[in-house]
Amino acid sequence: MSDMTLRQWLLTDEPTSRRHARLASFYKGWLTLRSNSMAMVGLAILVALILTAIFAPIIAPHDPFVQDLSSRLLPIGAEEHLLGTDSLGRDILSRLIYGARITLYIVALVALIAPVAGLLVGTVAGYAGGWVDVILMRITDIFLAFPRLVLALAFVAALGAGIENAVLAISLTAWPPYARMARAETLTIRSTDYINAIRLQGAGPLRIITRHIWPLCISSLIVRVTLDMAGIILAAAGLGFLGLGAQPPSPEWGAMISEGRRFILDHWWVATVPGLAIFTVSLAFNLLGDGLRDALDPKDGGQ
Amino acid sequence: MALVESSTEGHRSTPLIRWIKSILKTLGTLAITMLGLLFVTFIIGRVMPIDPVLAIVGERASQSTYDAVYQQLGLDKPLLVQFGHYLWNVLHGDFGNSLLNARPVSEDIARVFPATLELATLGVLIGIFLGVPLGVIAAVKRGAWIDQVARVVALVGYSMPIFWLGLMGLLVFYGILGWVGGPGRLDIFYEDLVPIRTGLILVDSAIARDWDVFRNALSHIILPAALLGYYSLAYISRMTRSFMLEQLSAEYVITARVKGLSERQVIWRHAFKNIRVQLITVIALSYANLLEGSVLTEIIFSWPGIGSYITTALLSADMNAVLGGTVVIGLIFICLNIFSDLLYRFFDPRSK
Repeated sequence: MSDMTLRQWLLTDEPTSRRHARLASFYKGWLTLRSNSMAMVGLAILVALILTAIFAPIIAPHDPFVQDLSSRLLPIGAEEHLLGTDSLGRDILSRLIYGARITLYIVALVALIAPVAGLLVGTVAGYAGGWVDVILMRITDIFLAFPRLVLALAFVAALGAGIENAVLAISLTAWPPYARMARAETLTIRSTDYINAIRLQGAGPLRIITRHIWPLCISSLIVRVTLDMAGIILAAAGLGFLGLGAQPPSPEWGAMISEGRRFILDHWWVATVPGLAIFTVSLAFNLLGDGLRDALDPKDGGQ
Repeated sequence: MALVESSTEGHRSTPLIRWIKSILKTLGTLAITMLGLLFVTFIIGRVMPIDPVLAIVGERASQSTYDAVYQQLGLDKPLLVQFGHYLWNVLHGDFGNSLLNARPVSEDIARVFPATLELATLGVLIGIFLGVPLGVIAAVKRGAWIDQVARVVALVGYSMPIFWLGLMGLLVFYGILGWVGGPGRLDIFYEDLVPIRTGLILVDSAIARDWDVFRNALSHIILPAALLGYYSLAYISRMTRSFMLEQLSAEYVITARVKGLSERQVIWRHAFKNIRVQLITVIALSYANLLEGSVLTEIIFSWPGIGSYITTALLSADMNAVLGGTVVIGLIFICLNIFSDLLYRFFDPRSK
């Protein structure tokens, strides 16, 4: 290893350990992804979003909640307010920056709940087979056949408006595709020789599912999650816009559009700017998702 | 003898029987899915934080009145019995009364539904007439500028919040340019001029030959319909493109070209003919999505359809109306899904 550069070590055809092999395949995936310039643009936007969210208090020029009625509805480019102010005189740029936190919070929670729930249901159904499979898949099909936004609306209506409930409602409508995918993967993996070998060595179902089936489902799940993120952001913004997600005075982007809607004809920027932010972030997720699909999942890449 | 007969008989009718079986299975799935939808809405109605009894009797009712209404609503019965009761009512088109105006929810939905239907139908038509040709051309000229344009159009469609795009459309085409009518289905002085026959204003005014009303209705519907059309265009053009690419790389296309057929004939008479079934299923799905996607669009354009109805009910905690609307949209959605599935089985010989 001493006479090898890190790059050569990562690109070797003969990995010396399990960790080595894993790092090498990860690096090769990264190289494919890096050659896709659109995916890199998406990634850059998302990194910027994450940094913005982390350093919001430092970057934001004003407090996002402080109202100043004497300087309300200032246009874009006004002094001290780069993106203008809203109807209560709050700095739109600062609200946008703090809103990045809420967007990331929603995305992260849904990305944790929905795929994990789907993975659990799918692998258990696929591995157990028989009645368990039939029942779990029927439930999945039922949820899959629902109109997602309307169902999320009804859930939020029952649970009450709020950002956590919005996350829960979106997750409840988002898990079925993951379950389908995980089940399909499990069915192909289940009958392979190496799973049989492990089983003969005495591994129980729990160990087989968690240690040997889950890791193989991860890459297709990640691609799917990234592609779904755009839809999740749009759904969350839609709920916020309807007043069912984040509540005022929270600087959630959908809710900001809803506030600006009343002045759209005279003060267009109040609703326009947060919409551009939503568009940019969901576009970034779509670009990155396309790139990840090509890099991790070459079989249906390039369409 | 009987054995031989049945075996030859069985041999001849096996595909048909298998096909009928698969249809029956699909119908079974339909029934179970609908039951599931109703069960979920039922549960949502039960866990909601609003007390349905209190909503009827008011806060100052005595305990005995409360108990009487509690029993009248059947809330003292086991959950399964309540669900059976709910199922029975829904199957008879009874979603209960709206808590706001005390009218039956089913009547309200019947009144607002044509507005949504008109909007979504026009939207999907726009999506088909622009999306299909765009997809075909993008596939034929793969990698050319038009393919890139189609790609960007779809990508932007997948990433843009529909309610925001609607607001921007209103701002530009109504507020600044003044090319289209504003929110609502008609300007106020055109309302109630034509008798309601179908509830679709464009159709009603055409029947009544009242072209002023027709023009006014068109100026109001064109922007929200174009907006929905854009979203269905994004989906339809992508799917058309990938179906066409699959066909164009098939050997029969090469044969057709070698035979000396013109490129136009190869594309439209051969390749396109083979994707029609797949396209119809995509269009059915797109239509189902539009019915749902119209919720946010209707809010932006003050369109008095089922989306506005559900949202208004939501904000005033009118749970019967919310669940009624959810069930109706859900049932249509499920039916269109199954319909596209059946259609596919019916027309695609490979799936038999």
